[in-house]
Amino acid sequence: MNILIKGGRVIDPKNKIDAVMDILLENGKISKIAKNITTKTETFIDAHGKIVAPGIVDMHVHLREPGREDKETVSSATAAAASAGVTTVLAMPNTHPAMDCAENINLLKKIISKSAKINVLICAAISRGRLGQELNDFVKLQKAGALAVSDDGSSVDSDVLMLAALKAAAKCRLLTICHCEDKSLSCFGVMNIGFNSTRLGLRGISKASEYKRIERDIKLAEKVKAAVHIAHLSCSESVEIVAKAKKRGVLVTCETAPHYFSLTEEALLDYDTNKKMNPPLRAPSDLLAIKQGLKDGTIDAIASDHAPHTENEKNIEF
Amino acid sequence: MQIKAKIMDTEAVERAITRIAHEIIEKNKGTEGLCLVGIRNRGVHIASRLAACVKKIENAVVPTGALDITLYRDDLACASGRAVVRKTEIDFDINNKNLVLVDDVLYTGRTIRAALDALSDFGRPRSIQLAVLVDRGHRELPIRADFVGKNIPTACNESVEVRLKESDQVDEVLIAVKE
Amino acid sequence: MLWTRKDLLGLEYLNREEIELILDTASSFKEVSTREIKKVPALRGKTAVNLFYEPSTRTRVSFEVAAKRLSADVINIAAETSSVRKGETLIDTGKNIQALKADIVIIRHNCSGAANMLARALDISVVNAGDGWHEHPTQALLDMLTLQEKLGSIRGLHVTIVGDIAHSRVARSNIWGLTKLGAQVTVCAPEILIPAGIEKMGVNISNNIDQALKNADAVNVLRMQFERDANAAFPEQLEYFKKFGITSERLAKAKKNIIVMHPGPINRGIEVSSEVADGENSVILEQVTNGIAVRMAVLFLVSQGKG
Repeated sequence: MNILIKGGRVIDPKNKIDAVMDILLENGKISKIAKNITTKTETFIDAHGKIVAPGIVDMHVHLREPGREDKETVSSATAAAASAGVTTVLAMPNTHPAMDCAENINLLKKIISKSAKINVLICAAISRGRLGQELNDFVKLQKAGALAVSDDGSSVDSDVLMLAALKAAAKCRLLTICHCEDKSLSCFGVMNIGFNSTRLGLRGISKASEYKRIERDIKLAEKVKAAVHIAHLSCSESVEIVAKAKKRGVLVTCETAPHYFSLTEEALLDYDTNKKMNPPLRAPSDLLAIKQGLKDGTIDAIASDHAPHTENEKNIEF
Repeated sequence: MQIKAKIMDTEAVERAITRIAHEIIEKNKGTEGLCLVGIRNRGVHIASRLAACVKKIENAVVPTGALDITLYRDDLACASGRAVVRKTEIDFDINNKNLVLVDDVLYTGRTIRAALDALSDFGRPRSIQLAVLVDRGHRELPIRADFVGKNIPTACNESVEVRLKESDQVDEVLIAVKE
Repeated sequence: MLWTRKDLLGLEYLNREEIELILDTASSFKEVSTREIKKVPALRGKTAVNLFYEPSTRTRVSFEVAAKRLSADVINIAAETSSVRKGETLIDTGKNIQALKADIVIIRHNCSGAANMLARALDISVVNAGDGWHEHPTQALLDMLTLQEKLGSIRGLHVTIVGDIAHSRVARSNIWGLTKLGAQVTVCAPEILIPAGIEKMGVNISNNIDQALKNADAVNVLRMQFERDANAAFPEQLEYFKKFGITSERLAKAKKNIIVMHPGPINRGIEVSSEVADGENSVILEQVTNGIAVRMAVLFLVSQGKG
C-alpha cells in the first residue's frame, strides 16, 4: 500500500531534518522524504499545520495487565500512548502474576495481540515473583520474547543475586534495567526528605536511598563488564555518579522521567496525592541537574514511568 | 460618608451628660443600689463620665462596668467576620441593683435587646434603666430610653456620629449622610 | 482586621495579624468561663462535630466545652466505633457529616494533611485538632496565649521547645506561631529526633538541654510519643530523662522565673519530673484553661469566616 503524507512539518532528529516536507511510503517502507512529491498513491494524508515525526519509544511503562485491570489495561494504556505519538512501549514486569516465566510472558503476549493499539515489548522479571530471592531462567524468558529484565517496583537487595543477574542477562543479550532504591534507607517515606517534608509532617525519602543503590549496581556491572540501565533518575547525585561511571568506561545508560525535570517537591505543599511518586519529586537543584544531564548526554533517555492508579486509591490521605 | 451638620458641640455634650447624671440620681432617689454598665465602646466612656459626675454631685462611688454585646447580637450570621469580640468587665454583683445601661446612640433598639440578654447571664437586677446620649428614632423593637441627652430625628440614609475625647480626641455629635 | 477563613488548618497559613486576632478574641472569651452562667448564645443552633480518628481526652473535651459554652450542639464521633471500621473513607465521612447540615467539623487524624484534604472537599468549616506530625494549631495558640499572659509581649521572647521535634505537630505549630510573632525559638532534642531542614523554619537547634535553657524565658516540654512512629529508633526512657528531662536541678541553672509548659498528658519522670510539673514554674493547668478560651475564639471566628 502506498501512502503520501503531504505538507507537514517533518521532524527527524536522527537525520537532522526539521522542515516542511512530503513523505512517500511504498510497500510499508518510507521510500522518499522531499519537498513537493507528486507521485500518485492509494492513500493521501494532508498534514498541513501538523508535525510528522518518528514514533516515540517509551521504554518504561506499567500496563498493569494482567492483575490490576482496575488501574489500566493493555488496551487503554496503548490507546493513550498512541494519542500521544508513542508507538512502542516497554512494559514493566510487576504485574500479577509477574513476568517471571515463559507461561506468564505468553499470557501477556496473547493479551497484547488481542488488544494492543501499538507495539508492546516485554521486560521480564529478574527474580521469581520479584521477591529478590531466586533468579529466573533468563534463557527461557528471552526465548519467550523478553527484551529486558528488571524487578522494577523494587530493587534486588542481594548483591550476590544482582551479580548473577547481570552476568546471565549479558549472556542472553537482555538489557538489565535497575530500579534503584534501598528500602532500608527510604523507610516507608512518601516524599523527598528535607524542609518540605518537615513542614508537611510527612515521612521523608533520602536521596541516598537512590544514589547509593545506583553506585552498587554500577559497581557490580563494572565488575562483570555487563551493561546496565538505570531507571528514573531523580536527583543530582545520581546524575553525577552515572557521569563518572561513563567516563571510566562502564557500560551504563540511564533514563529520567518528565516529572523530574518539570516539578519539584514544592508541588506537594497542598498534599496533592497526584504528585506522590517513587522516586519522589526532589528539590529545585535536582531539577536543574536532571536538565543538565539531559543536555550533556549523561542521561540517555526520557521514559514516562507511566504508573496509573485508581481514583479511589488516590483520593485518600497522603 | 459625608458630614451634614454638627448637632452638639463639646459644651453641649458635657451639659447633657451632667444633666443625665442629675436625672439618674433624681429618679433613683439617690445612689443606693445604683450601678452603671456602659455598652462598648463609647457607652463605656459615657458611663465613666456619668460615674464621675455622680461622685461630684453626691460624693458617692457608683460601681461601673463595661459590657460587650457582640456575642449576643441577633445578626451574627451575616456579620461575616466583622464582629469583633471584646472583653466584658462587670466585676461586681448586679443582683438586686438598679442598673443603668449606658450607650451613645439609641437607634433600632437591637443593641439594647442584646445587652438585656447578656445581663440576664450575669444576674437579676432589680431594675434596668437606659441612658443614651442621642436618640435618633427608627425603633424596630419595643425599647425606650429613660434618660436622653438629645433627641435627633434622622432619615434612614443618615447616621449619627458620636465622637468622644476618650477615643476620638474631641466631644461632638454629627449627622452624616451615607453615600 | 477581618477574619475571612472558613477553616483553621495550621499556623503556617496565618499571618501575624490573624494570629493576634485569635489571641485577642480568646482573651475576651476567657471572661465567659468566669461567670456564674458560663454560656453565650453566639453559636446557638449551630452544630459542631468532633471527628476523632485518634484517641484523645483533653483536646476533645476542650473543644466540646468550648462549643457548648458558645451554645452550639456537639456530636462526638470516635473512629474506632464508627463506620470508619467498615472502611468508609475520610472524605465520605466528611460529606456525610456535611449532609447532616453540621456547621463545623473538628478533626483529629493520624495522617498529616488530613485536615487540609477535608477542608478542600467540604463547604463547611474544618478545624484541625491535630493531624499526624503536621500541625496542632489550637495547642500552639493556647501556648502563646499563656506566654502572653505570663510574660507580656511574645516579641523578643526566648522559647525553647524540647522533645520529639521530628514527630511533633505541637512543635511545628508553635514554631510557626512564635516566629511569626517575633519570638526566638530553639528546638532541643537528641540528633535523631531533629527533623531535616528545620533550621529553615527560623529556629536554633541544640542537642544540649542545659545550653538550650540558659537564656530561655519559657520551655515547652513535649511528650515523648512512643506510639507515633513505630519505625524510628527511640532513646531509652531513663536515658532520655537523664539527658533531657526537665528537673528542678536543671531549672535552677536557668532563668529564675522561667515558664514551664507542656501540652499534656505528662509522662512523669520521662520528659519532666513530678516536682517541676507540680511546681511554681509550671503553667500546665493554666494552659488547659486557656485552651477553652482559644477554642471558643477559633470556633466563633471560623463560623464567622464561613458566612
